[in-house]
Amino acid sequence: MVLLEIQDVEKQFGGLTALSGVSLEVEKGEAHAIIGPNGAGKSTLFNCINGIYPVDGGKIRFKGKEITGLAPHKIPKLGIARTFQNVELFRNATVLNNILLGRYMHKRTHLLSETLFLPSVKKQELAARRKVEEIVDFLDLQAYRERIVAELPFGIQKSVELARALALEPELLLLDEPSSGLNPEETQDFCFWIEDIKEELGITILLVEHDMRVVTEVAERTTALDFGSVIADGKTEEVRRHPEVIRAFLGEEG
Amino acid sequence: MRFKLKKTYMEDLKLFPYKADMAWYGLLLMTLLLFPLVAGHYWIYNLTLAGIYCIVSLGLNILTGSTGQISLGHAAFFAIGAYAVGYLTTILGWSYWIALPLAGVAAAVSGLMVAVPALRLSGLYLAIATMGFGFIVEQVIVQWKGVTGGANGLLINRPSIGSWHLTSDNSYYYLVIAMVAIFVLLTKNLTRSPAGRAFVAVRDSEVAAQTMGVPLARVKVQAFVVSAFYTGIAGGLFAPLINFVGPDNFTIVESINFIVMIIVGGLGSVHGSIFGAVFITLLSEFIRISKDLIPAFLREQVGFQTAVYGLVLMLFILFEPMGIYGRWLKLKYLFQVFPLYRKDTFRRVRRFQRSERTR
Repeated sequence: MVLLEIQDVEKQFGGLTALSGVSLEVEKGEAHAIIGPNGAGKSTLFNCINGIYPVDGGKIRFKGKEITGLAPHKIPKLGIARTFQNVELFRNATVLNNILLGRYMHKRTHLLSETLFLPSVKKQELAARRKVEEIVDFLDLQAYRERIVAELPFGIQKSVELARALALEPELLLLDEPSSGLNPEETQDFCFWIEDIKEELGITILLVEHDMRVVTEVAERTTALDFGSVIADGKTEEVRRHPEVIRAFLGEEG
Repeated sequence: MRFKLKKTYMEDLKLFPYKADMAWYGLLLMTLLLFPLVAGHYWIYNLTLAGIYCIVSLGLNILTGSTGQISLGHAAFFAIGAYAVGYLTTILGWSYWIALPLAGVAAAVSGLMVAVPALRLSGLYLAIATMGFGFIVEQVIVQWKGVTGGANGLLINRPSIGSWHLTSDNSYYYLVIAMVAIFVLLTKNLTRSPAGRAFVAVRDSEVAAQTMGVPLARVKVQAFVVSAFYTGIAGGLFAPLINFVGPDNFTIVESINFIVMIIVGGLGSVHGSIFGAVFITLLSEFIRISKDLIPAFLREQVGFQTAVYGLVLMLFILFEPMGIYGRWLKLKYLFQVFPLYRKDTFRRVRRFQRSERTR
């Protein structure tokens, strides 16, 4: 079943074409990688899926329903969570509060009942806290629960961001360069987590990645972008050997 | 060294994580309740005023400290609260206990009216827009004589509960203390619930907040409305305290005082709001008392007090950006980890990793 369908998406910034006619399909239950040199439009594509950038043309469908043009805060409600290339955490809040915000869209209470902290709010908060604890366990963040995010090392911040995205309980998880800025051990951890998220939690993953080792290890399918267009799409092994991809990454053969 | 072993999730939600905290706050409350027995009218009056400012700075701290939306127009909400009470009790003759909540509601509605057009603004531009709102309200107060009494202002009586009149300074002091306690509790509730987390999320990263499903516009408007409500109630308490409302009480200088309070006290924290409000109120009294010690050429300058505020603000931003509350936390930490504290524990480390923001 196709979970996310991107069809001829166009995006221009002024005169610069960031995406021209990008199409790809993400199958449910798979890990799908997007590769490409710097400036190929990978992150732009993510921002288009999230509704942060309005697209100039084309359609994005999630579970068969069109999501192009939806406000950014409505996208996660459909079941799409994401992380950012250079972590976007709430820097002055604790790790717990960061992850708890992932439960925000599941809340059933409103401002007034929260101000009075009615029993319904208390119950909901305890349930949220329990859910968060599962994720803290899953990603081994126990030692950092009460720490302020800004003072944590970058690798931990990345895990916190992943934890926050998982707290949403999404169906599709967008990971923007999960391994950038991580050391080899942390990268390896991330690969294992991606496998676990896919296998145990049944979450479909779309990731942008530069590290080809990570891509080969986790992704079943890969799409290669260059200058805003798809140059190859298919099984990771095939895309890796595709002459266009090799040309885009390594340059023309002498 | 103090370590809290948490056994249930409920312990994360508790207002007082340590039993000792409860004892300390109980002691504080007792001291405040017994204070009128030992202090004269002068100090009771000042403490009442400080209490009212506490409610304002709690409200402003939700907007500016937690949500990151600066406002230089809070004197206007304060004025709306004060005049609402003045108009409803003095001119319409309603009960104060109906007028006070309505004062909050009136301010909240005007907060909504400011917030919706101000949604697209941030930082300096928002400051200017809210300042403009402050000036508009100031003008309206002077011109709308039927409601506000124009430049003459309105006389306002202190309220009564049944046959018990709160006309004495002491009884009014107790009313204000009770209100401060209620608003501290409400603010604490906000900060430990999803709404409070959404405020902080909007401040720290708008993009991330949106991708977590936080409706940016709605949350910003909520922050404005809540903040204005607090300030309106404070205004409604302020008017009967001085038995009078006039246009002179609600100028831009007052708005700046509110900002100074929360920055000096500590942005985004309940403690900070209280520390700041009490500190600034007492500072202005201290300046008044010590006027004789200051050389004449200085004390007769126009705006001497404002200059002192400015100096205090600058010193805090330079040396203790977390305000009095930051200093307080460090002191507490020193005792908690007693033998392990180092001089550099809180030295600020410069970090260069900064995220690119998609705005």
